[in-house]
Amino acid sequence: MELILAIVVGLLYASGIYMMLRRSLVKLIIGLILLGNGANLLIFLLGGITKGSPAIIAPDQQMLTEIYADPIPQALILTAIVISFGLQAFAIVLIKRAYIVAKTDDLYQMNSTDVYS
Amino acid sequence: MLGAILTGVIFALVLVFFGRFLKRRLAILFAAVPLGLFLYFSQYIKPIANGDIITQSVSWLPSFGINLDFTLDGLSLMFSLLITGIGFLVFLYASEYLKGHQYLDRFYGYLGLFMAAMLGVVLSDNVVTLFLFWEITSISSFFLIGFNNNDKASRKSAITALSLTGFGGVLFLGFSLILGSIAGTYSITEMLNAKELIVQSDYYIPIIILLFGAAFTKSAQFPFHFWLPGAMRAPTPVSTYLHSATMVKAGVYLLMRFTPVLGGPDSWHYTLLAVGGVTMVYAAVQIVSKTDLKAILAYSTISALGVMIFLTGLGTNKAILAASVFILVHALYKATLFLITGIIDHKTHTRDIRKLSGLRKVMLPIAIIGLLAALSNGGVPPTFGFLGKDLIYEAALESERWNWLLTGASVFTNILLFYGGFQVGVKPFIGDLPAKYEKITMPKPQLWIPPAILALLSIVIGIFPLLIQDSLVVPTLNALHVLEDELHLKLWHGFNLVLGLSMLTILIGLLIYFKMQPSDKRTALFTKYEPLSPKAVILKGGFYFKKFSFKWTNFFQNGYLRNYINTILLFLVFLLGFLLISHIQLKMNFDAMTDITFPELATLIILIISVLFAVITQSRLAAVAALGIVGLSISLIFLFYSAPDLAMTQFSIDTLTMILFVLVLYRLPKYLNLTNPRNRIKDVIIATTFGTLIALLALEVWQVTNNNEVSRFYAEHAYTLAKGKNVVNVILVDFRGIDTLMESVVLTVAAIGVFSLLKLRLHQKD
Repeated sequence: MELILAIVVGLLYASGIYMMLRRSLVKLIIGLILLGNGANLLIFLLGGITKGSPAIIAPDQQMLTEIYADPIPQALILTAIVISFGLQAFAIVLIKRAYIVAKTDDLYQMNSTDVYS
Repeated sequence: MLGAILTGVIFALVLVFFGRFLKRRLAILFAAVPLGLFLYFSQYIKPIANGDIITQSVSWLPSFGINLDFTLDGLSLMFSLLITGIGFLVFLYASEYLKGHQYLDRFYGYLGLFMAAMLGVVLSDNVVTLFLFWEITSISSFFLIGFNNNDKASRKSAITALSLTGFGGVLFLGFSLILGSIAGTYSITEMLNAKELIVQSDYYIPIIILLFGAAFTKSAQFPFHFWLPGAMRAPTPVSTYLHSATMVKAGVYLLMRFTPVLGGPDSWHYTLLAVGGVTMVYAAVQIVSKTDLKAILAYSTISALGVMIFLTGLGTNKAILAASVFILVHALYKATLFLITGIIDHKTHTRDIRKLSGLRKVMLPIAIIGLLAALSNGGVPPTFGFLGKDLIYEAALESERWNWLLTGASVFTNILLFYGGFQVGVKPFIGDLPAKYEKITMPKPQLWIPPAILALLSIVIGIFPLLIQDSLVVPTLNALHVLEDELHLKLWHGFNLVLGLSMLTILIGLLIYFKMQPSDKRTALFTKYEPLSPKAVILKGGFYFKKFSFKWTNFFQNGYLRNYINTILLFLVFLLGFLLISHIQLKMNFDAMTDITFPELATLIILIISVLFAVITQSRLAAVAALGIVGLSISLIFLFYSAPDLAMTQFSIDTLTMILFVLVLYRLPKYLNLTNPRNRIKDVIIATTFGTLIALLALEVWQVTNNNEVSRFYAEHAYTLAKGKNVVNVILVDFRGIDTLMESVVLTVAAIGVFSLLKLRLHQKD
């Protein structure tokens, strides 16, 4: 399973980068989201995956004793997901705005700081 | 002493920022600041003559050994008195010279800042603090040279001066840091004890190269001298103050200050001798080609600075004595000549010596002042200049090696300096008065009193050298650890070789002054060799460097996102790939892997398909939908592998993103394929390589057994300490609660950003 997951992570990274290399702003955002997902999955994989034993203490216990999934990568990823949502939301609105002002979503036409009339 | 420096800084800041509210007519009152400081430093003359050294230390960055340490010894005192004394006269002079100028307040502000920084340079005992003040003098000089900021040549000269002195400043920083780390202290006084250590260190040569670079750029030594003639674009009071009497001597000061610490090895002495010697002769020769009063003075200043460096390099007791005296001599007569040049310029609106003559008929007192300064400059007895020149000749004659060569160079230089002084101080006043100058009247007292005071001092000190002998010269020598048993400064030494050389200098000087008038032919001859001059060579180097920098920047900062990404990826792939291939054995431990079951496999297949679909689809909406499926599949994977919280978060966030995407983007243009097929193939290769690398890396890292100590801590204490049973949640809201709070802040900021971008009405342009 880890092998396939690693390949999936590689695929997410590759497709994310490929999309970021396009000229369209929308594709840039799609690439960014794919890359973010890849990074989350990468951290998840490296923390070690465990099946069917979440890091939740049983009602009659004081602490986790048996095999449990590592809670730290999970906490990190949870933070990352939320933060990347903030970033994505802002980026999506920003490209919309940029399109209205620049009248294009071609990155090649946005490489100068001149004011668009 | 800190108070004295701060006074100047505060004065400057008040003027630069609030000067426009002050009445312009009160400008003459500004001169009270340097006068007050001059009196303040005068009170130390007696204690320091008695052998005291006044110190003050204010803690600044003690952990780095950087403190505001100030030491007032003989050398510092001599410079402090020059800075404040000539400062006072220049302040006074400028109040009339720039009367009614639009930016007079700013001018005084810069001048005040310069004065404070210059005092800082000569008083600092800590090399890092010294560096700071050193830089401020360069910066204030930049502003003053470019003071006429609507004149293009003025701005250019200012930039040239700043680049050269600023370059020296960088070298100085390197010097102070290396020296400080070798000596184990930044205090110059303490470095004296570490002299052996420093001189024998492997870094001795780099240290002195850095120091020389700093001193030679500041003191306009060959081949860095050319910023000084350019700096003459500044108003004349500035040329007087910064570019003749004080700032350009900072390099000389620095070399003298460090002579007790670094002096001794041949490399030190011979370099200084050579550079100083070449500068003094080269600049002296340049004088004869100049017809502009200030250009003549600029080159004679460079030549005089060369003499000082030359004497410092000679390094004998006599030479250091000669250098100390010459600093005073030069400051007095050169400031006088500059100030009367300013008067001539002010009255006749020209500085061309070919057009000036006969001004004695309208400004006799100025003519007398000029004559006195020219006499001191030429070393004619009984002026102070005669005394200074004698000491120089004595020092050169007593040199252990090559004394005839050194004496010859000194005599040659002094002859041409004599010539230059007479061209400025005498020539404009003799001969017939052109009709257009007949209406000229005497200038206001603020203009002629300062040079008169300086000229008188040149004579009075010349006749009564004892005035400065015990009060200034002896303490200076003590500060430099030069012990002169019996010092008797006097005019008359009897008939000896030195007197003969002096007379020879004066005679030849007079001869060429009368025989050799400035001619266009000679100027043209010098212009012919201009492309070979250090100025042309260095400026050309600068030009090509700038061109290269433009190309370099445009190559890397070209504004195309794909190029940036490609550059980053290329380096990452090569560096990581190299490490992966050379250091890590690729092996796979299949036994440790988790088994795979159908639901997971199906999810992964869906994930892979939707990723590929999102990449290749031509429809924007389809791509967004595929992206949604990717997110949901990942949320399923989280669910399978014991991360219910992640699954829930991913699910909700993914849904929100998709909604936002669809809502916002439905009005964008068609989803175009803008890149050509060749680029696409190239990108596929880059992306695939990078993806493969990440996958390999992930597998490698995964196989490293990690220490779960931190996880165990949370697992054991989640309930006992934080009373929560969901460990992930406890980490987020309790153990790392502040982080989560900050995260909420970030989200709030993003939300505000989104909201304002949606609501913002763009300013309509007409």
